Formats: sequence, C-alpha cells, structure tokens
Amino acid sequence: MDGSGIREALSMMNERGSGEGAGYVAYGIYPDYRDCYALHVFFDKACESKAVIDATLEQWGTIEHDEAIPTCDQPNLRVNCTPWRYFFKPDASLAPGSASPEKDIVTNLVMQINASANGAEVVSSGKNVGVFKAGGSRGPGGSGGWPEDVADYYRIQDYEGYIWLAHNRYATNRPELWERPDPFNLHDWSVVENGKTTTYGANRRYVESFGYNCSTGTDSEVIAYLIDLLVRKHGLDISLAIRALAPPYWEEIDRMPEAEQNLNRALRFAYGSATMNGPFTVVAANPDMMVGFTDRGKLRPMVVGECGDRLYIASEEAAIRAMESGVESIARPAAGEPVIGRVAP
Amino acid sequence: MAKQVTIDAKGVHYTPLNQQIRKAIEDGADEIVVDNVLGQRFIGDGLRGNATIRVNGVAGGDLAMFMSGPTVIVSGNAEHAPGNTMDSGKVVIHGSAGDAVAHSMRGGKVFVRGDIGYRGGIHMKQYETQRPILVVGGSAQTFLGEYMAGGLLLVLGLDGVMKAREIGSGIHGGEIVIRGDVDEACLAAGAKKLPLTDEDRARIAPVIREFAADFGLDPEPLVNADYTRIVPASARPFAGKYTWE
Repeated sequence: MDGSGIREALSMMNERGSGEGAGYVAYGIYPDYRDCYALHVFFDKACESKAVIDATLEQWGTIEHDEAIPTCDQPNLRVNCTPWRYFFKPDASLAPGSASPEKDIVTNLVMQINASANGAEVVSSGKNVGVFKAGGSRGPGGSGGWPEDVADYYRIQDYEGYIWLAHNRYATNRPELWERPDPFNLHDWSVVENGKTTTYGANRRYVESFGYNCSTGTDSEVIAYLIDLLVRKHGLDISLAIRALAPPYWEEIDRMPEAEQNLNRALRFAYGSATMNGPFTVVAANPDMMVGFTDRGKLRPMVVGECGDRLYIASEEAAIRAMESGVESIARPAAGEPVIGRVAP
Repeated sequence: MAKQVTIDAKGVHYTPLNQQIRKAIEDGADEIVVDNVLGQRFIGDGLRGNATIRVNGVAGGDLAMFMSGPTVIVSGNAEHAPGNTMDSGKVVIHGSAGDAVAHSMRGGKVFVRGDIGYRGGIHMKQYETQRPILVVGGSAQTFLGEYMAGGLLLVLGLDGVMKAREIGSGIHGGEIVIRGDVDEACLAAGAKKLPLTDEDRARIAPVIREFAADFGLDPEPLVNADYTRIVPASARPFAGKYTWE
C-alpha cells in the first residue's frame, strides 16, 4: 500500500485533530536497506549538529548511507527542522553479553541523542521502517499541521509499506515541536495513541528505571518503551504484555478460573507500575504484527475492520471505509481486549 | 403530496451537509434522503418538525443530538452517541452503534437493531410526560444505564450473548429491562433486579411491537419472553460515598 489511502482515512477524522500536528509510520519502505537500522532524525540546524551525530553513530557502527528526507514545502506548514535519515549498521561486538546487541546499541544511541541538547532528535530507528511527522501551532503566526499537510510535505504517497499507522493530533502541549506528535518509534515498535494516560508519571518512572529515557514528555513515547521492555527484554508474548498494560479489574479476575486468576494476579503484581490508566486507544506495530487495544474502562473508541487479508483499526468506521469501501466485517472489541493482526509469512 | 428531497453526501463536510438538510426542512420537505453518508457528524441535530431523514451509509457521531420531532432512519451503523440529549422524535439504526448511545436522552425513541457499545443510555432522564426509550436488538456493553436517571432501556439480546457488566452503575431513576436472566454479578452496586410483573409487560409490549415492526421481526415471541427488570436500589446511590450527613 502506498501512503495515499491512509492520508485519506486520517483526513476523515480531522474533527478529532486540532491541525497542530500529525504523523505517519510505514513498515517495508526501505527494501534496499532492509538490513540497516533507518534512523530518522530531526536536526534543528543540520550544519551545526550533523557532524556530532555522524561521529556518535560511527563510534558504534557504520553509516551505510545518509541523506535528507525528500520533502515538498507546504503553504500551511512552517518547517523548523531538517528531517534526515541514516541507514546504520550497529557493530554487535560492542555490546557483548546482550541477547539483542544491535537493538541495545540502537536503543542506547536513541536515548543518548534525544537526552542531550545537541539539536538532534531521533524519531524512528527501526529496520525498513520510518516515522514521518510534523507539528505546528495555529492561530496568528501559527503554521498549521493537518494530516494532509504533513502527508504532502513528506510525499508519503511515494512510499510503499505493508503496515501503516497514522495519527491526527489534538495538541495539548507545545504544538510547534515536531517530535511531539505520534507516532513514536523505537526500532521494531511504533505506537499511536488516542487519549491520555493518567498514569504517565508512574509508567515513566518505571520504564526509566530500566534505562529508557523519556525525552518528549509524551505518553505515547512511554508506551513504545514499555512494549519494547515487556516484549523484547522480558520476553512476554504480545497478548500478555497488553494484559500487563491494560489488565482486567480485580473483580473480573476474581471471577476467572483458578489458573487464569493466578496468572492475572501475578501479572498485576509484577507490572503494577506499568499498568496504564486513563482514556486511551493504542495501536502498535512491529515488522511482524499490528495490535490495538483500549483502556479497561473503554473511554476511547476502537473500530476494527477486516477485508481479505487486510486488517484495519481506527477510531471511526468511516476512516476504515475511506480506505476499504468493501470492508467485509466491522467490529468493536471489548475494553482491554487485544486485536492482533500478524503479517503472513 | 409528500415532498422528497435527495442529497448526495459524498465527500461533503458535515457543516454544508447539515445546512442542506436544514434548508430542505425549512423549504417544507417531508422526507430527506441523504445518500453516501460516510461518518459526517451531527446529522439531524437540533431539528424540529416531523420530517423523515433517511441516512444511507455510516452516520457520524452525535446523530440527532437535541433533535425534537423528526424521524431519522440509518441504513448502516452509527458512531458514538446517537440520540445525545434528544428531546423527541425517533432514531432507527439498522446496523450497530458505538459508545454512549442515547447519552443524556430526555425524550423520544432510539431503536438499534444490532449492538451498542459501552455506556449505552448513560444519564438518560425523564420529566413528567417526557420519557425516553432506548431499545437494543443485539447486545449492549458494560456500564449499561450508567448514572441513569429516567426512561426505559430495553435490551433484547437477539444475536446471542449479552456482554454488559456493571449494569446500572449509579442508576437512580428509570428502568433497564433485559430479555432473559441477568447474573447478579453483572449488576453494579446500586442496581437491583426485580421480576417483570404483568403490568410491566403490558407497559413494554407496545414498545417491543413497534421495534419488531420497524425491523421486520415477529413480535409475539419477544412480547412473551422472560425479562429481567433492573431498577435503582435507592434514589441516592452515592449518598454515603461523596457526602457525609
């Protein structure tokens, strides 16, 4: 799929956005560099910061290729940074003893670059994947940033991907910062979220205790790191990881068969600090799957559509039908119930 | 002679679309057919009179909000909160609907043939002769009748398992009637079950017959089925929770 369909779908839900940012992520867009980690970086001033980032990356691996991300200026989007991409091969021998040395190196690089005031922000860092996003404040002197502006700026119709996520931002803080809108990505995982977690502080402290650094103050960033921690580091199956993040209420657990009770109690005890509360619908993806789930009180909408081997997850049915007018089934899954679509091998 | 107006909603934003519908009603249309609806919000909002609006497609959020009089018939599904604070008239949805159906509804009828999402009938209310009615053909989801203050909420469960839990959370008026038995564990604190009396059955029978007629169902098995009636255990369910006397 090229990016034109999801641009239309996201545009259907402009009522849910504020024109202060939007973003897209696509998997499968860099087949020529499929073995490299594609780092999308926003440079405040490329001429000042790029040499520092080049040197940092070369310390930990090889830059196979790098270039400015092709863009096309839009009248309603004020550009305040330079989007750049590196295709990077980490040197696995520099992380001895790690179960996933390349990803540990990439994770540490992302944390290090984003934590320091070096005028550079890594917004995606996975193989064969890329995040394309932008922000902008409205009103007098504002720059806008509707999904169409952002899509056209990055020419997302020129990319062919097999999983697309997109997000229409209703800015509640610092709309002018381009790294703020969803999606958030850390190598394999990308996250878009409709909502707001009220447990941001607890979740952030928890995930930071494992070495992640949350630099943007945004809950979707924390969710991306939580999923990476639970799935990659702790080895949880994705459905168990989601159960840890959006667990059933204690009263529901009390009604389960004993074995299931024990499992759910253990998960809640082990991951109490990772549990997310508040209104949210999250859609996450990695190269092998796409998954959606809502908060356990179901305070945000989630509609799921299927058509042939294609899976759609959206806030509104209209967005799905905008991409797939002949959609075969439409469902509204229960609170906390994960919807998982796996990529056919 | 009845005057019919057809509007093509394809690619039209909800603001001009609703202006066209409003204009058609002002011009005396009795029936307005809106084709190719795809998620446009606020259709029928605040309209008065007795026109019929046929929505062909997927109705967007807050369908028939504040509506007072007209009938809206949706051939497909509806998004969140159809019948939001509706005053009178009728909404007939042939598909399913999202969360918060009949939110704060104060009069009229909302009939949904399929399922509804979470918090159906949240804070429905009644005053003297104003008594809203929400009927669901399929299943409702959790927090059904949350903070309900009045009216009738009827769930027929025609398509299998009834999924709602925490039914009547904070209910302090009105009644929830569900076909079949409802496990006590599915009731929220503050709600209680009562058997359906003959008097209750006589009261809901016309509603069931009207629903069956709208969707081409056989009414008699539904009229004669077993029902569970759920009402407030007290008029002030949170009296001891937020206040101390």
